[in-house]
Amino acid sequence: MHGGRRLAEVTLQDTGTGSTIPARLARALRGALPVLSVVLAIIVIWYLACIPMNRAWTEDRAPDGVALTFSDILADIWVQERPVLPAPHQVLGELWATTGGEAVVRERRGELRGNPRSLIFHAYQTLAPTLLGFVFGTLAGLLLAIGIVHNRAMDMGVMPWAIASQTIPILAIAPMIIVVLNSMGISGLLPKSLISAYLSFFPVVVGMVKGLRAPSPMDLDLLRTYSADRAQVLWKLRLPASIPFLFASLKVGIAASLVGAIVAELPTGARFGLGARLLTGSYYGQTIQIWSALFMAAICAAALVGTLGLLERLTLRRMGVRP
Amino acid sequence: MNAVMRLPGLSVPLLAVMALGVALALIVDLRLAAIVAAWFGLWALNAWMAERAVPGARILVPVIFGATLLLIWELAVRQFEVSAVILPAPSAVAARFSDAAPTLWADFVQTIIKGAMSGYLIGCGAAILTAIAIDRSRFLQRGLLPVGNFIAALPIVGTAPILVMWFGFGWQSKAAVVVLMVFFPMLVNMVQGLRATEAMQRDLMHTYAASYTQSLMKLRLPAALPFLFNGLKICSTLALIGAIVAEFFGSPTVGMGFRIKIEVGRLAMDMVWAEITIAALAGSGLYGLIVLIERRMTFWHPSQRQ
Repeated sequence: MHGGRRLAEVTLQDTGTGSTIPARLARALRGALPVLSVVLAIIVIWYLACIPMNRAWTEDRAPDGVALTFSDILADIWVQERPVLPAPHQVLGELWATTGGEAVVRERRGELRGNPRSLIFHAYQTLAPTLLGFVFGTLAGLLLAIGIVHNRAMDMGVMPWAIASQTIPILAIAPMIIVVLNSMGISGLLPKSLISAYLSFFPVVVGMVKGLRAPSPMDLDLLRTYSADRAQVLWKLRLPASIPFLFASLKVGIAASLVGAIVAELPTGARFGLGARLLTGSYYGQTIQIWSALFMAAICAAALVGTLGLLERLTLRRMGVRP
Repeated sequence: MNAVMRLPGLSVPLLAVMALGVALALIVDLRLAAIVAAWFGLWALNAWMAERAVPGARILVPVIFGATLLLIWELAVRQFEVSAVILPAPSAVAARFSDAAPTLWADFVQTIIKGAMSGYLIGCGAAILTAIAIDRSRFLQRGLLPVGNFIAALPIVGTAPILVMWFGFGWQSKAAVVVLMVFFPMLVNMVQGLRATEAMQRDLMHTYAASYTQSLMKLRLPAALPFLFNGLKICSTLALIGAIVAEFFGSPTVGMGFRIKIEVGRLAMDMVWAEITIAALAGSGLYGLIVLIERRMTFWHPSQRQ
């Protein structure tokens, strides 16, 4: 269903008339206006929400017997050092200070090491297992989907369990997987990416089973008249037909993969990574640090999903799907 | 052999591959051979049942597959004497499950009933109401849908430390995390669902001079049900994840996330697996319940037809 909708989006895009640049720009603006106003509303609400949330702290710090005026409170509310709710500009400031303002690597005892003050370094520590796990998960999902489509026993036996496996809150066993792998001497990238892989394999299985079954009986009959064998049907019909479904599930999968990598860092006392950053922030009450790590995670998610969207467009254009 | 050959789904090459696998395993290790033989034997049984369309195969095949996995797990742990610190046998987990039933029940109530369920109901309810509220404004829909889609892809579980700071260690903070996690996926599904009517159907309501409320109650809401249930299903898993993960950031001394964190530290893996079993049962139970209700309420939808 998801894949089908994506396909519909792709084919429906840019069907409007008027292809001159000003017309296009106007159309883009008209499309962006609702989104921009929603985002603006969120920012305004955020700033307003800071007032009740941070007020108590400002009032507590005021010297005894001094009644604070509302403007006094306003002056303090958006610049506190450890606010209950940091204002957007504080978060962006921290984000800039820890990305643009810090070197990603620094020299320590004659070695180049990641700089733990740099958020880019932390993001890298999380992105590496995310991508590795995503690749594993996608490959496993593809193989499983191909098996399910070609083998009745697998379809009947494995599919219900694949669905059931997702009703299990897998993140709950993330800590255990990491502890167990650590006790077996495996540490570093692999444990985290295993959890990412588990989370990203399911959307791929479900999407690809649908995608590989997407060819109509007519198409399949045509290949039978060519006396194509199963491998040829797979390569020349089923796989190409499943590409829109593949990309739809890849986008879901990579977002899940990132969540997996972040959560994998939580219970194990990881020192580097966005999850570790969240954890240390929560231990020391550094709310701005937590929020900036969250923003970084959001930026990473947007970048990953956006890259896949771009790849999708290029691939579909290559394959001759005209928008 | 001849009798087997006539069974559909089990060709001679397949059986040959299976026999070869067992033989290879036999060379390496007797214990490995037993495990491989068990796997292939039950797989062959499944393949045969699936191809012959034996009555009840729809249920039997997955059950046998699940049982196979459990059997192989048990065999592997016993025969290779895997340390209980790494992977406890299913029988050990079952034993612990019945031993620690009162603790597990308390954890279940704290995390699932209080944390996940209250958050799930509040979050999904709020999302449905929001979707209906913005349903009249095309502008808000066009703005909220991309933003909602974007937020639904974010690692919202990361807000758990913030919410635990705000709402304290009790179940309320877990419910808050769950509300945030389920709100946007549900909102996106519901907004799409409310738009799922066809122009012909809307025109028909128009010719009946149906009011906004009438067309909402009689056409748009029923048409949105498949999307509603899709969202409810996605959110059921998210709710459990949110409630358990939020406990890693601070909780009273009861709850599934708390227990998992503590018992992992004490290397009591059988207890951890017992908690996971509870989570799995609760997750599958909730999912199954939603599917049942969906069948009742959207019997007219193509996906529900037998």
